[in-house]
Amino acid sequence: MHLPNPENLLADITAQIKAQLKPNSALIGIHSGGVWLMNRILQSMAQDSANAAVQFGAAQFGPLQFGTLDAALYRDDYNQRGLKSESKPSNIAFDVQDKHIILIDDIFYTGRTTRAAMNELFDYGRPASITLAVLINRGGAELPIAPQIVGAKILLNANQNLQLSQDSQGKLQLNLESNSHV
Amino acid sequence: MYNPQLDSDGSLRHLLTIEGLPKRVLNQILDTAETFVGVAERDIKKVPLLRGKTVCNIFFENSTRTRTTFEIAAKRLSADVINLNVGTSSQSKGETILDTVDNLIAMHADMFVVRHAQSGAAHFIAQHVPDNISVINAGDGRHAHPTQGLLDVFTVRRYKPDMHNLRVALIGDVLHSRVARSEIHALTTLGVPEVRVIAPKTLLPADVNKLGVQVFHDMKTGLKDVDVIMMLRLQNERMNGAMLPSAQEYFKTFGLTQEKLSYAKTDAIVMHPGPMNRGVEIDSSVADGSQSVILPQVTYGIAVRMAVMAILGGRNVGGNA
Repeated sequence: MHLPNPENLLADITAQIKAQLKPNSALIGIHSGGVWLMNRILQSMAQDSANAAVQFGAAQFGPLQFGTLDAALYRDDYNQRGLKSESKPSNIAFDVQDKHIILIDDIFYTGRTTRAAMNELFDYGRPASITLAVLINRGGAELPIAPQIVGAKILLNANQNLQLSQDSQGKLQLNLESNSHV
Repeated sequence: MYNPQLDSDGSLRHLLTIEGLPKRVLNQILDTAETFVGVAERDIKKVPLLRGKTVCNIFFENSTRTRTTFEIAAKRLSADVINLNVGTSSQSKGETILDTVDNLIAMHADMFVVRHAQSGAAHFIAQHVPDNISVINAGDGRHAHPTQGLLDVFTVRRYKPDMHNLRVALIGDVLHSRVARSEIHALTTLGVPEVRVIAPKTLLPADVNKLGVQVFHDMKTGLKDVDVIMMLRLQNERMNGAMLPSAQEYFKTFGLTQEKLSYAKTDAIVMHPGPMNRGVEIDSSVADGSQSVILPQVTYGIAVRMAVMAILGGRNVGGNA
């Protein structure tokens, strides 16, 4: 199967996010892939705003706030799978109350991570709205949740495992594995 | 070797003592605790992990402080908590430990936090409980107090992340301390190259040389170039015997004052497990000073206990992943 190069999707996602920005918007990346993606989006926004400050977010609205989130403590499969040892601390240093949150994840699949992330987010405060932005929507939602901002849609089977990775230079890459035992 | 603390796949089954815990499990607990430090800083300091689970604090020996920290930890994980001060209830009516435990099992408890004056009590209960119940040792006699040892190591790691480049000194009553051995073991396992103990000969165990530490009887040489100072609690009852002449005498020689603290590195941190004897093992100006991390230790104690409970509560009991 032909996989898109995430590097080529970044500009499009960044543009879609910019179009959604409001004066009190904030970005939150979900560990780990969503945080890599968010950092790249922030970088590209910073470059853009240097070039065309008037047009986009940062200069117009003041600095864009951002944070990270690991929904491990809110997952619905804790009783089956326990805590993953690589879970990372959430870090949301701003007040979530009344913010327009753009939640960023790498791959959208069942929607369970998004649900867990939203539950955690509400323990920080009551956001004005939450928009979900993902690099890839691979299909297979099990909950009434869907991303509003999507880099690319690829339909995969349940035995296929799509993962985002980041190399030492910070370049993003998609890897697809098929598990024939499932 | 059979280790009752670990499952057949090497994951944490009970927490009874730090001895015998592999580096992988130690790091898993400390890394997970990092996650919980952040939870305590939010407005809503609760996560839903142990929702519907019941944690029983079974205290055969009174320890309000330890019980409170376990209770807060369990409640922040959304567990229901039951506190039993067994010393003042059933046992005084003649019930055995295992009868007490069986009654709690019949009430569908999911986790036991056990404090007992006898060494080995938590092990004893751990061997008795069914598969779905985990036991956490909250102090058994002189033997172990693993969550205290873990929170101390967690505090060291937070303030001095480069553990491979540290000099740590434990000062005071190593002989009667139930955390000193655990701490030495954990620090060494996590790569701390030099652990020292500073104490009078009467407060050191006979086998101190087997602990892999450097022994000092003098604060000036012992504290030189030290990064982390861990004070041990001096129990007042030891003062009356032949071990120590008097509290004043002890303070003069081994009490941590600003002057003695100046022998250590200028950025050294000072730790104490509490409760402190001000003016005996530590001077108030040091305990309340800028290098003291004694209160952060208490804060981190909650996060570490949450981490242990979260790891144990998420064990895959059925075996089907």
